[in-house]
Amino acid sequence: MKRGFTILAIVTGLLLSFALYEALIAAPTERTMGDVQRIFYYHVPSAWTAFLLFLINFVASVVYLIRRDSKSDIIALVSAEVGVVFCTVVLVTGPIWARPVWGIWWTWDLRLTLTLVLWLIYVSYLVLRRFSTSSQTAKLAAVLAVFGALDVPLVYFSIWFFRTQHPSPVIGNGGSLDPRMAQVLLINWAAFLCLAWLMSWTRFRLEVLKREVEEAQSLQSLLEPSR
Amino acid sequence: MSFLTITRATLAKDIRLEWRSKDAINAMLFFSLLVVVIFSFAFDPTAEESRRIAGGLIWVAFLFAAIVALNQTWARELRNQVLDAYRVSPAPANPLFLAKALGNFIFVIVLEALMTPLFVMFYKLRVLGAAWQLLPIAALGTWALVVNGTFFAAISIRTRAREIMLPLLLFPLSIPALLAMVNSTTAVLTGEESARFWIALLVAYDVVFTTVGLLLFETVLEAE
Amino acid sequence: MNSLHYLYAAYIATWAIHGGYLVILVRKYSKIQREMKKLGK
Repeated sequence: MKRGFTILAIVTGLLLSFALYEALIAAPTERTMGDVQRIFYYHVPSAWTAFLLFLINFVASVVYLIRRDSKSDIIALVSAEVGVVFCTVVLVTGPIWARPVWGIWWTWDLRLTLTLVLWLIYVSYLVLRRFSTSSQTAKLAAVLAVFGALDVPLVYFSIWFFRTQHPSPVIGNGGSLDPRMAQVLLINWAAFLCLAWLMSWTRFRLEVLKREVEEAQSLQSLLEPSR
Repeated sequence: MSFLTITRATLAKDIRLEWRSKDAINAMLFFSLLVVVIFSFAFDPTAEESRRIAGGLIWVAFLFAAIVALNQTWARELRNQVLDAYRVSPAPANPLFLAKALGNFIFVIVLEALMTPLFVMFYKLRVLGAAWQLLPIAALGTWALVVNGTFFAAISIRTRAREIMLPLLLFPLSIPALLAMVNSTTAVLTGEESARFWIALLVAYDVVFTTVGLLLFETVLEAE
Repeated sequence: MNSLHYLYAAYIATWAIHGGYLVILVRKYSKIQREMKKLGK
């Protein structure tokens, strides 16, 4: 276990450094946007990683509702948290990219808007987990996660149709992608996936510890003679 | 007892109680009126512009009114430990959910029916498109808010900061429905676009979340 | 040249966000360590 973690950490570090080099130096410069376009190599993989993590949250929540095992619950919690982190990266890099290219900070383009709504949904999920006074927070959170996941296609279609009615600048590479660029994109995605895995693993172990401590604490307070 | 019998009985009880006390209704009616007036002071467009933004304004006003109604959905049940009793009883939880949702629906529709003429008056609204479409839009949109609102109200009662938790959970998930409500209303008011896609989206939204709500309400009720 | 600043800002912001989360995790871990010590007593 411990060794696997160390190996992952080293691989992640190496991949991230390599990916950074590829993105900043090795990748060809884009014709219209110039070097700023390189933000793309961080913006897009972070979005894909966030979406993947939210998918994991959905699956884990459904499994929890069926099996009621704490492992699924922790996976759901962890994937939502790490997903929100990556989602935040997308929402920050998006405007930073949009500003020099389009002159505006925000545009209600499909991916950015979808990411914003996802961020809102999963932050509300995390808030519920924190504010719940129930002893069965896991169940309530899992239910909310199912609602959230089912909402996603509806969000997608509503924004998509709105965009066809009211077109606006698209933050992204639009059409086709130069194969060399696609390669750099995939390398960065691999690196971020490893980072997400590393972060999730860490948070998972942390949560397991935390729950053990909480259980020991409540046991202790039960056994202590009352004052 | 059949599903429908329980639903009808619970709904009738709620309406009777509300009608007798009238305190909640009156406060909310006045609140809805206030919302319309405040919006009229805040947004004072010409008749031409107002048609474009009225859709959004009206639905945000309805949303505020709905939240006030939704927040007290389970208040009476909580006060009298009804939910605990329900958990122990063999009665299924779904009729309770449906009855509460229907009760809220009727209530919010009444509020909307009162707010709409005021909006029309203050904004000098005239419908340029197919006016009859506003009825299904109102019904579907209100149900979208109410079905999820009733469900999340049940979740919120098991949290701290109860009153803020409901809108916090409801708003993000309602975004596609809100887009649909607003854009369909605007389409009908301006007559410039077809509202068909948005109405279809509202139907899809309502079907999905009514089903999921019915399936998962029992789970939420169990979670003490 | 100016647009290059945005590029660096984006990359730095990304690492700042990940770094911030790492800081949160480390603090949570220290807190748990302290609690474990208290229990161990």
